Amino acid sequence: MPAAIEVHDLVMTYGDLRAVDGVGFEVAEGEFFGILGPNGAGKTTTLEMVEGLREPDSGTITVLGEPVWPRNPGLLPRVGVQLQASSFFERLTAREQIHTFAALYGVPGARGDEWIERVGLVDKADTRVEDLSGGQTQRLSIACALVHDPELVFLDEPTAALDPQARRNLWDLLRGINEAGRTVVLTTHYMDEAEVLCDRVAIMDRGRLLRLDTPAALVEALDAPVRVVEKRGTLEDVFLDLTGREYRQ
Amino acid sequence: MTAATSAFRSLSLAIVRGFVRDKASLFFALVFPLMFLVLFGGLFADQGTSKVEMVQVGEVALFDDLPPGAQEAFDETFEVEQSDDLDAAIATVRDGDADVAVEMQGDELVAHYTQTDQVKAAVTQGTLRAFVDGANVAATGAPPTYTLTAERVEDDSLTTIQFVTPGLLGWAVAMSAAFGAAATLQGWRQSKLLRRLQLAPVSTRTVVAARVVVTIGIALVQLAVFLGLGAAAFGLTLTGSWWASIPLLVVGTLCFMAVGLFAGAIAKTVEGAVNMANFMVLPMAFLSGSFFPLDAAPPWLQAFSRLLPLRWLNEGMLDVMVRGQGPAAVLVPMAVLAGFAAVLTLLAARFFQWETH
Repeated sequence: MPAAIEVHDLVMTYGDLRAVDGVGFEVAEGEFFGILGPNGAGKTTTLEMVEGLREPDSGTITVLGEPVWPRNPGLLPRVGVQLQASSFFERLTAREQIHTFAALYGVPGARGDEWIERVGLVDKADTRVEDLSGGQTQRLSIACALVHDPELVFLDEPTAALDPQARRNLWDLLRGINEAGRTVVLTTHYMDEAEVLCDRVAIMDRGRLLRLDTPAALVEALDAPVRVVEKRGTLEDVFLDLTGREYRQ
Repeated sequence: MTAATSAFRSLSLAIVRGFVRDKASLFFALVFPLMFLVLFGGLFADQGTSKVEMVQVGEVALFDDLPPGAQEAFDETFEVEQSDDLDAAIATVRDGDADVAVEMQGDELVAHYTQTDQVKAAVTQGTLRAFVDGANVAATGAPPTYTLTAERVEDDSLTTIQFVTPGLLGWAVAMSAAFGAAATLQGWRQSKLLRRLQLAPVSTRTVVAARVVVTIGIALVQLAVFLGLGAAAFGLTLTGSWWASIPLLVVGTLCFMAVGLFAGAIAKTVEGAVNMANFMVLPMAFLSGSFFPLDAAPPWLQAFSRLLPLRWLNEGMLDVMVRGQGPAAVLVPMAVLAGFAAVLTLLAARFFQWETH
């Protein structure tokens, strides 16, 4: 399978701090790729360089076969980005918001309405973004990233600060996006999320790439004494079983 | 419709919606400056222009045969009420309900006046004496040796509303342009919307153009509201090539957007940016004659005010709106404002940082 993203020897330095220190990886087309790491590990800086927002000090990046730096207008319509939940125009409703993004990408507003429906925001379409809950904001933000039907999507901590219902619903949404053939790159702090969603994960710390493999292979390779425990549900599963998986306010 | 036009339109629409739904920015762009206009134009309107109230007892031949020019001056000065009872008329004056009672005693014009209002007393005596002298000259049949021609000097006689409308408009435009640019730059940076737009296939030019066009539109609405309200409610009369204030206002808007960009670039938060813009614009408004004329200010202050862009905007608007000047009067102010805009934009670009560390 051809590579959607190719990164070699990426370096980014802030003063004395090597925020990203020789990172290299490939993401295959159609892959669901996770980047894990504690705060300050260099995930966001790496992602911003791959998205084309920052120029690396050294290293090469190719996305969908094209260079990302300097700003590559031909590439932008093929990529969708969710930077952080609040990247919205002030005081616009959910519908106006996605229509504005649709217009920026030159797609009809009706596509925005379809996405509002897909992420379950029809009831909230005329609510201003400032009045949406955390989960609704995240869903709108993902819808805005996907409104132009990109081949490759970057999602930066899309499930941060969500309740379990909203999180599981977002998982279904993200899996659907990936199954429709899009390459998805996601950063997260949740290991269970990475394990469930990602084909492969990269674990970063202190600017370096520590491991890169499938979740199963990483767990197997764990050098700790093997615990023979029957696999069972988690507390979260119990909670969701009792409280249901519908979206909450 | 090309992609860029459609992006421009929807960005402009998004910014307009964000503006009109923000009660605070609407208040500071329109309501707040209009409150000052009402205050200055309504409450501090010119005093002492009311007419002298005169009670005329019996026939006064002198007033009946006034030549046309003098008749006009007479009507402008006096509000005449007829009476047949001299004692009652004098009592009216004594009670303060009239300023003067006049009667003819043969060829003598007798004026019973009150000294309560010294200005009106002086006007009454001077005017009546002038009419008597004029009548005497006319009676001799000889042409007068000396004549007086009175001409208004517009600048000195600018009424309050004439003066405050351009100045307050300048302040209002400066304030909303600077606040708008400062809050947008900081707000969009904080929310990473600027980054998000950088990753959309829309050029920086389109984004900047949308923000600039909306701000200019707001300034033109401010112009229309100020001139409309001034003319309708407070007797504002535009005397010069007032339309030349439109291009002046456009350049002024760009200049104060640059002030706001600079404030937004050096501040760390949205509130900080707006406060910084306020800190720059409000003292400038005082020192640039937005609230009171600078004619009486000391020379050093007048010289200093020439270093402030708002002074140039205000002067240019005064010239073409109420001082009767032609469109050429805005050329120098426009050039100065454009210069400020260029320098401040470069400074803003120099200080701007993507990240807020």
